[in-house]
Order: sequence, then C-alpha cells, then structure tokens
Amino acid sequence: MKRFGDFTAVDGIDVEVRAGEAFGFLGPNGAGKSSTMRMIGCTSPPSGGELRILGMDPVRDGPAIRARLGVCPQLDNLDPDLTVQENLTTYARYFGISRRVARARAAELLDFVQLTERADSKVEPLSGGMKRRLTIARALVNEPEIVLLDEPTTGLDPQARHLVWERLFRLRQQGVTLVLTTHYMDEAEQLCDRLVVMDGGRIVAEGSPRALIDRHSTREVVELRFAAESQEAFAGKLDGLGERVEVLPDRILLYVPDGDAAVTEVGERGLHPANVLVRRSGLEDVFLHLTGRTLVD
Amino acid sequence: MDAERDRGGRVSVAQSARERARPALPRVPALAVLAHHLVGYRRTWRAGLFSSFLLPVLTVLGFGFGVGAYIDQGIDGVRYLDWLVPGLIASTAMQTAVNESTWPVFGNFQWVRTYFAQSAAPLRVGDILGGHLAFVVFRVVTTVAAFLLVTALLGALRPPWALAALPVTALLGLAVAAPAFAYASTVTVDSWLAMLLRFAVIPMTLFAGVFFPVESLPLALRWLAYATPLWHGVDLCRAAALGVAPQWSAAGHLLYLAAWAAGGWLLARRAFRRRLVV
Repeated sequence: MKRFGDFTAVDGIDVEVRAGEAFGFLGPNGAGKSSTMRMIGCTSPPSGGELRILGMDPVRDGPAIRARLGVCPQLDNLDPDLTVQENLTTYARYFGISRRVARARAAELLDFVQLTERADSKVEPLSGGMKRRLTIARALVNEPEIVLLDEPTTGLDPQARHLVWERLFRLRQQGVTLVLTTHYMDEAEQLCDRLVVMDGGRIVAEGSPRALIDRHSTREVVELRFAAESQEAFAGKLDGLGERVEVLPDRILLYVPDGDAAVTEVGERGLHPANVLVRRSGLEDVFLHLTGRTLVD
Repeated sequence: MDAERDRGGRVSVAQSARERARPALPRVPALAVLAHHLVGYRRTWRAGLFSSFLLPVLTVLGFGFGVGAYIDQGIDGVRYLDWLVPGLIASTAMQTAVNESTWPVFGNFQWVRTYFAQSAAPLRVGDILGGHLAFVVFRVVTTVAAFLLVTALLGALRPPWALAALPVTALLGLAVAAPAFAYASTVTVDSWLAMLLRFAVIPMTLFAGVFFPVESLPLALRWLAYATPLWHGVDLCRAAALGVAPQWSAAGHLLYLAAWAAGGWLLARRAFRRRLVV
C-alpha cells in the first residue's frame, strides 16, 4: 500500500512475482503502476502491508536488494556530460565493480544493445531509442536477478520497440526476472507471462494474457460502422447479439464467440453497416472493459 | 475485501531466486559518487580553466595594484595588496562552492535527474550527498590552488604559510556548500537560486572583510558580518598569509565553520531524502 497524504496511490494489492518470469503491471495513467515500481525498487517505503524482494525487507535491506536489481526508469536519467561508455562504467562503480571489469562489461552490454559504434559519443545526440537501450544496458551492469522496467518503450518508433522487445526476451531466456509496467497491450502480450491490470490503485484482474482474454472478453469482436450521424439509433436493433454490445461515438462493438455468424445475423435483421470488421479479441479489449474508456490524464 | 485492505496488501518479488554470490558493494560508496562527478569534470574542466586563472589576475591587478595605489598607509601596517589577496582567496572559495552547489544540485533533481539514477543503485542518501559535496570541495581546493599559484607568480603572496589557505578554504567551502545544497534541493523553481547569489553571496563578498576591515562597519552590521561563514574564512586566510594571529581564536573560527557545515549537512540530507525517498 502507498499513501501520499490523503491520497492512496496503491491500495492493498496482492502480487507474487515468481523468479524467472516476466510480470507486467498494466493500467491507465494514475493506476498506481509507477508507485508500485518505486516500492519494488526500494526507493519508496510502503505505507502499509508487506513487501518482500528476493526474500528481503526493502526498508531494512534497501542497498542489499538494490545491488541485485536493475532499474530502467520511465524518464531517462543518463548523464549528458559523459560518453555512452562512461555512463556504464561510472554506474558500475556504484555496485563495487572494479574499473577493469566495468570496462569489459560495458563493452559486452553495448554490443548487446547495439551501441558499440557510439561508445565514445556523448549521450545528448543519441536518438530516443538509443538512449532507452543505453538505459537498459545500464540497468544490466550489475548482472541483476530482477530488472524493473517502467514503460520501457513509451515514445519509441516501431523499429526501436521491436529491438527492445527482442533484447528483453533474450534476458528472460537467460533466467532474469522481468517486472514491467506498460499501457501498450501488444507489449504486454509480447513480453509478459503473467500480468495484473490495475485501476485506481487496486488490482482488477490477474492472469496470463490468454487467460485474461478468455475470462474478460469473447473470442471475437465485430466492429460495425453505420453511415448515419449517430450510431445510437442502431444499437437497439442489435440487442441480444453476442455477449455484450458497446456503442461508441463512431462505431458499435459486438463481443461474440463467432464473428462471421454475428455478421450474418446483422444482415438478417435488415441492417447494412458501411463498414464491418471481424477480429480476434485482444488484451486491449480486456483493458478497456476493465478500466473504462474515460480519459484519466 | 476489507480485511485485505486493512492488511495493506502483500507483494513479493522473486522470493525463490537462485542465490548468487552476493555482489561486493563499494567499500566507500560516496567515493564512487565522487568518481562519477570527476569523470564528468574531466570533460568540462577546460571551459572553466581560463576563468579560474584569469579572474585572480584581474582582481589582483584591478583592486590590489589599482585601488591599492590610492591607499598610502595600507591596513594594519601591511600593503593593501597583501592585505587584500587572502580575502580574495576566501571569497573565491565561497563563490566556487556556491556556484557548484546551486544549479548543479537543482539540475541533478530537475533536469538530468542524476540523483534519481544514483538512488536506484545500492547507495544511501548520505552517499549521494557526500560524494557530490566531496566533488564541490575538490573544485574549491583546485580553484584556490590556481589562485595561490597566480598570485604567488605576481608577487602578491608570501609562502609557505599561505598554503594553510587550502585546508581553511576546504572547510569554508563545506560550510557554504552544505547549506546551499539544502537550499537548492528544496526550491522548486530555478529562479530562486539567483536569490541566493543576490542576497547572500554578493553582500557577504562586499561586507565580510574581504575589501575593507569589518571594524569600519557600524556595530550592528559588524555583527552581521561576524555571523557570516565568509568572515571566519577571511580572517583565517589573512592570518595565515600575513603570518599574524587571527582576530578570533583559530579554534573558534574552525568550530564555527564546522557548525555551518554540520548544520547544512543535516538540512541537506533531510531535503535530499524528501526528494529521493518518496
């Protein structure tokens, strides 16, 4: 649990992340993801409840736990006065790593995140994707057992995102425990073995991406768009079609087990939407269903 | 659900991770922080080199020889130039310390966020603060050393006692840097930093005995000058450079400066903790 004055950011969540798995915290802005990450990163003492990292108490054993964690924060905090390589070697010294080992490890990690050519360049001119990869490399400098990633690919272009995902996937294969937050559903589906959906500081769902879709959504979704001004008028005529009908300003979503059958049924009711799309249900449907469509910025 | 809420939740991460060889933490973590700042300084020192040599030359020429030429009888029986230089050394130390403790500290929270990166590593708040303060002392001592060198070459310094200015200015630097750290880590808008220069550094430079004796001030202002850390640094540096006894006991001066440093340290550590452990 985490309270800031009267505001409760994280309100009694129960989570167990197993060693070696990739675990995700999903939720809209303000759901309590980053507060949770800071508590796990031992820079924010919980206001209540019980928190154990690697079996230790973060309040008492903060430095000992942090020695075995890698942290990739939401906002890059690389040192712009240093070169790419120096950012890694100076950080390594915080973990008691000797200068020689630090240099060797920096070279390995720069290779891992494909920044070897930029080793002697300053940080400032690097692209967003390069900075992110460097931040990830820095989080790995102490060969951590757990890596915390707070929105690891927010703001990156598709190429950079895929490169980051691929590197994170390789880390997981090496047995590193990944704990990440994201509001990208494709990222969660790509990376997470298990995840929780948070909203308003609480957990609203938990499971593997597949299990969450099975539990909270239907197998398929039909998106209908009618040419008329308002979609509302058609909503009544779709009653009883599928498990749930959701009316949006620009289209109507039908949550159904069989999309094609539903489209046929729509036709039989004498309705002719301008646009029809049948797709598989995704984590995004679960997410929007559980946390609502209202903007929370 | 209510029972769960009372409990505040239970989060456990990688309880059963395979036990590895426990990583060796740095023996003195603050030294690793100092090393970080020094590596950064290695990239930027050339830009500051010119000013750290030029400034003493200009002030010594302008005030020492220029103004000094109009002061026939000198002060306390010594040439005005000789009387002035140790004061300038102390005020340079103070200015360096404040410059290094305002925008850089603010930036490490607000802009480049270096402190947050450091607090994710196995460092404690005191290590982060101590390492950066050590770097500020390094900057003060090297700047003062450059000043000593230049003024010695200009013949405005009498070694070897003047070397005592190095440890004295290190302590003076700490006495102003530590409270400045506390200030810079508390304010939320950087324009407040300029207030520190306007209302603390400039008045101290003008009235804490650098350019003329504090005794020529009215009594109330005189006590204000005595209260500043700068005056204590000035008096000690002057005593060392001229080879005379300080106006106060040397131990009293040192204790007073140490009190500023210690008080500043406590305030700064509290302010840092507020920002880094939330």
